[in-house]
Amino acid sequence: MESIKDKVAIVGMGCSKFGELWDKGSDDIIIEAAYEAYEDAGIGPEEIQAAWVGTINGMGGVTLSEPLKLNRIPVTRVENFCATGHEALRNACFGVACGMYDIVLALGVEKLKDAGVGGLPVGRGFHPVMESRRTGPGTFAFIATRYFHTYGLTPEEGKRTIGKISVKSHHNGNLCPKAHLHREVTLEQVVNAPLIAWPLGLFDCCGVTDGAACAILVRAEDARKFREDPIYIKGIGLSTNQILPHFEPNFDWIGFPMNREAARQAYEQAGIKNPRKEISLAEVHDCFSITELINYEDLGFSPQGRAKEDIDAGSFTLEGELPIQPDGGLKSFGHPIGASGLRMTYECYKQLQGKAQLPERQLKNVKLGLSHTLGGPPQVACVLIVGNSLG
Amino acid sequence: MIGITSYGGYIPLHRLSRGEFLRAWGGFGMPGERAVANHDEDSVTMAIESAIDCMKGIDPEKVDGLFFATTTSPYKERLCASIMATALNMRRDIRTMDVTGTLRAGTTAIATALDLIKAGSAKNILVAAGETRLGAPGGDFEQIVGDGGAALLLGDKGVIASIEGSYSISDDFSGQWRADGDEFIRSWEDRMVYDEGYSRVLPEAISGLMKKYNLAPGDFAKVVYDAPLDVRRHARVAGQLKFDGAKVQDPMFMTVGITGAALTMMMLVAALEEAKPGDKILFASYGNGADAFYLQVTPEIKKAKERRGIKKHLESKRILDNYEKYLRWRHLVTIEAARRPEQEPTSIAALFRDRKIILGLWGVKCKACGTPQYTQGGSIGSTTPIRVCVNCQAKDQFEDYCFRDKKATIFSFTHDNLAASVDPPSTVIVVDFDGGGRGVFDMTDRDPDEVKVGMPVEMTFRKLYHDPARGIHNYFWKTRPIRC
Repeated sequence: MESIKDKVAIVGMGCSKFGELWDKGSDDIIIEAAYEAYEDAGIGPEEIQAAWVGTINGMGGVTLSEPLKLNRIPVTRVENFCATGHEALRNACFGVACGMYDIVLALGVEKLKDAGVGGLPVGRGFHPVMESRRTGPGTFAFIATRYFHTYGLTPEEGKRTIGKISVKSHHNGNLCPKAHLHREVTLEQVVNAPLIAWPLGLFDCCGVTDGAACAILVRAEDARKFREDPIYIKGIGLSTNQILPHFEPNFDWIGFPMNREAARQAYEQAGIKNPRKEISLAEVHDCFSITELINYEDLGFSPQGRAKEDIDAGSFTLEGELPIQPDGGLKSFGHPIGASGLRMTYECYKQLQGKAQLPERQLKNVKLGLSHTLGGPPQVACVLIVGNSLG
Repeated sequence: MIGITSYGGYIPLHRLSRGEFLRAWGGFGMPGERAVANHDEDSVTMAIESAIDCMKGIDPEKVDGLFFATTTSPYKERLCASIMATALNMRRDIRTMDVTGTLRAGTTAIATALDLIKAGSAKNILVAAGETRLGAPGGDFEQIVGDGGAALLLGDKGVIASIEGSYSISDDFSGQWRADGDEFIRSWEDRMVYDEGYSRVLPEAISGLMKKYNLAPGDFAKVVYDAPLDVRRHARVAGQLKFDGAKVQDPMFMTVGITGAALTMMMLVAALEEAKPGDKILFASYGNGADAFYLQVTPEIKKAKERRGIKKHLESKRILDNYEKYLRWRHLVTIEAARRPEQEPTSIAALFRDRKIILGLWGVKCKACGTPQYTQGGSIGSTTPIRVCVNCQAKDQFEDYCFRDKKATIFSFTHDNLAASVDPPSTVIVVDFDGGGRGVFDMTDRDPDEVKVGMPVEMTFRKLYHDPARGIHNYFWKTRPIRC
């Protein structure tokens, strides 16, 4: 098995404004993201040879080919829960890596706010009877309950620990022009917010958002024909579990095997031995504050059971040792499901080029960026590592 | 000898003080409290609870028939006894029947079962009753009625109370009724209702029985007979027929309410809980006619297994703190719908394929590694949801494993305010079953404040939801704190 490292480069990216885009349809935000990417890569739509679109609500490849008028090139819709955006990029990556195409496009999009209901518009779930009442917050709340129990945190200590994660992400997102939520919150506001699914309160939950993000990929050896500062794919890991870990005896509910496996694959391909030291910035799947906490441990940023120490020490703030969610994450930038993996990659891409929107957001000495999505009830995880130099 | 070989009972956990009706409507508040089925309970679930109680320690394969008695069946066309037979893991070659349309549905089912056993067509028949009658808000009936269930196993071996004789009357007077489409009990002027109905016909049947078998009022250790919605009429029958008031079984008006077709069976269970060998029991019920029986308690009653029955269920209660919640649970007020996506219509095909998993809570146990496992959520369309072991990946090496009678411990939980629920928050728990196996279930009859990791729970058969688009009542198992 060969590593994907340094075989593929991203030469253009775009990201729409995220938010509750009442006056925009999915076509509008697809065009906004794609045309920013075309411009960034210095190419036109006619040069795209194949495309992948990630969305949970689309209808085949026409979801993309219709608004972009992609002239009869192959377009494939992919879907893999919250890892959908990453999946579009991953499949596009393989399309150029194998030599079949030279220039491909990956775009993720979701128009969630047409549902007329709050929260993610998930319905009955996976079984006609057994899963009738499942919600996103309800499912992830199990992790918080169990994590608090396992590590002896009182509900108050637990809520304050994960609350700090939300405070950080709101702060970061507030600095980000394209983010959904522009609002600083205090720890007191977070821990006293209305309960959504005990112990998770309103500010423990990410934004439900409309948005799109797009990447244009070429083989690494062609990358500098497009730009001076291409960003290289260093590793992609993907892991899927059975449909529900819920029913798996002995599953500990304080972390996910597919997180660890996706990270293992990506680190191995990228040659990363110590992710905490080697990764410059990370965008992890923070659908809920507790999810971000377990990701710290699953991805090897904090030792198992000790994320609290890093949270309390501020290790993952913009000024910390390893900035996590520099753009505000799903929490504050927003979570249009199909777009999220690509939106995370967009932040890594811009930061690694030294082109973060607003100079005061630019991180120093950055080499490797990690993005991570965790999807389903949950049952799939993707880890993508990108870097700004070869080797 | 033919008669009762086992018994079981059920009273829902929640009780509503009749003072709550007075608070809501003013007027006349009656004394005591009434049992209120939770929002996820109905006549079927309460009959199943009673049947499980009755069948504890008894092989369901031995049962040759299952009769369900109620006047509040959730379906007009769809057998509920067959739902129950699947849930209770009974054989396929059995008699199933729903007896409805009369408040003496329970005794009608019993009389029929006895005749089948006498004729040699069956050896053991389970009769289970459940009832959730409704009085219209603001009236007396909503205060008077109660919800509950009872079950009796009838057979010819190990009889704890033999049925020595019976006498029935058919009488076409109906002073109270519900027509097709009626949600609430209707009533004629009540003096006639009772004078021409209950108070005339029930004593006639009891007298007929005593005359037929040459019995005197003093022969009975316990007198168990029906109570109408005007419970004062119940006491008058004793005076009319010269029964000693101390021997008359309490119709539980003050504690449960009048439970319709389930009432006399519940009262009989309560009487059997106290019965001694040699006791003669009179047992009669009324409903467009009357059925009367006389029973003789045998020495076998001393061997009767411990049951939750009526006594323990009566003691195990939680006061429902308001009448509005009752209105909501019974869907008597229109509540603003949760702002959640509409549910997709229920698939009859999926329910059919997975009936053992859904109604019987069947999982599997791996023969290779011994891990019990419940379905992992089951992709829709899979007829055998588990074919590869979650633990060792052995393929198709399973034996059936039933989880419904296993106790479990809470591994994790949440109280979900976002999920649509008739009794928010929706408490959902991850459990580890005693003996192995993991699952995620709704938790009912819980006080959110009592829910903790490590808390023991048990399974209870409930209605998960009603699908109005297709008129389907979706039953499944939930968890609850150990009831009693």
